[in-house]
Amino acid sequence: MKITTTINGQPTILDGHPMSRLLDAIRATGLTGTKEGCGEGECGACGVLLDGALVNSCLTPLAHAEGVAITTIEGVSSGEMLHEVQEAFLEYGGAQCGICTPGMVLAAVELLSRNPDPTEDDVRVALAGNLCRCTGYMRIFESVLEAAKKQ
Amino acid sequence: MIPLLEDYQLVVPRSLRGALDDLAQHPQARPFAGGTDLMVVLEAGHLPPGRYVSLQNCRELLGIERAREGVSIGALTTYSEIQRSPLLADNYPLLRLAALETGGIATQNRGTIGGNVANASPAADTPPVLLVYDAVLELVSASGTRRVPYVGFHRGYKKMDLQPGEIISRVLLPGVAGQGSRPAETVRASVGRAFRPGDPIRSYYRKVGTRRAQAISKVCFAGLLHVEAAAVQDVRIALGSVAPTVIRALATEDALRGQPLDATTIAAAERALLTEIAPIDDIRSNARYRGRVAANLLREFLS
Repeated sequence: MKITTTINGQPTILDGHPMSRLLDAIRATGLTGTKEGCGEGECGACGVLLDGALVNSCLTPLAHAEGVAITTIEGVSSGEMLHEVQEAFLEYGGAQCGICTPGMVLAAVELLSRNPDPTEDDVRVALAGNLCRCTGYMRIFESVLEAAKKQ
Repeated sequence: MIPLLEDYQLVVPRSLRGALDDLAQHPQARPFAGGTDLMVVLEAGHLPPGRYVSLQNCRELLGIERAREGVSIGALTTYSEIQRSPLLADNYPLLRLAALETGGIATQNRGTIGGNVANASPAADTPPVLLVYDAVLELVSASGTRRVPYVGFHRGYKKMDLQPGEIISRVLLPGVAGQGSRPAETVRASVGRAFRPGDPIRSYYRKVGTRRAQAISKVCFAGLLHVEAAAVQDVRIALGSVAPTVIRALATEDALRGQPLDATTIAAAERALLTEIAPIDDIRSNARYRGRVAANLLREFLS
């Protein structure tokens, strides 16, 4: 089944079984920034935005991507210009081993799009679906709060 | 491990009519919405092979609207949409709390209220709230529409009052305090009298899990309480994860209704609760802990 979609602004045809995972179809295009962690919706490493809303791509059947605009981690920066959230992750040590980072960044980007001035509690709630195996949560929360200040 | 997908068919009809016709032509086909549970089961290798019909494009199943009876919530309404609805926040605050407790943001953006009901998990987070608000389900198939009280909808573990080809189209909540409408008599499921506008209602919702975020509940408790003139005027209590289905605690309510809210009444209510729940030992908790926590939640709700 061929699915017509847009990934990071580029019209893209994804081919696969309609019940296959959007995660695998995205990675097959070469966009491997989207990670597989748990494969059951617990860890958030496979997070992408569908029409601006955070979803777990491991729980999204390919057929549900028809006609939607997908943003992956590769589409968050503008060329060489990193997003404020990415800059803050660099500056405040929000990234360690890196496997959770794409999902964390996208969850934070979605939060700031809904709520430009979040409290720490808002950040904790927004990132509750994202697990960091390095357990570097405090610096991640700090990074998101700093990114919000800079926006 | 992802099973071989050749054994699965997935179609995404473009309208409700298309979906209902497809389901009528394929009585074994299974409808689904956001897929947040279906895909987990698929990846675990436990999803039965066959035809699956996505309701994703059924625009008729969207929207939160005022209705004659109270409010009508389209089955495709996501947990995120529930949280953002001022109509629900003002009139049915427990529904917003339950939606906030269901998974993380990524799940809340895709999971739907209709799916939460139809998935029929005894540990689901919104169904106890739907029970205390006396929800009515609107069911639709290619041959017509019917309405059933939610309180009798779950017939046993994963068994529902749902015919082949029939889906949940809307969840109807009758008027509660603060709203002028009254429940429609024909579909009213309530035991005891209805809450009336202006009644001082205490609302309570608490989900107990391994951690605050994301976890599946060990026990979930929803309650509405109206105490006035030193007596319980009416009360509604429902629980998740303590029986093969979510349950309305009718015996516990009976032990409270009309009584002064004192230590004797609360002790009697606790005894009643422990007779009508049937918690089990499983991967998330054990029967003894669940019974104790259910009783503790009842006490917290009443105090």
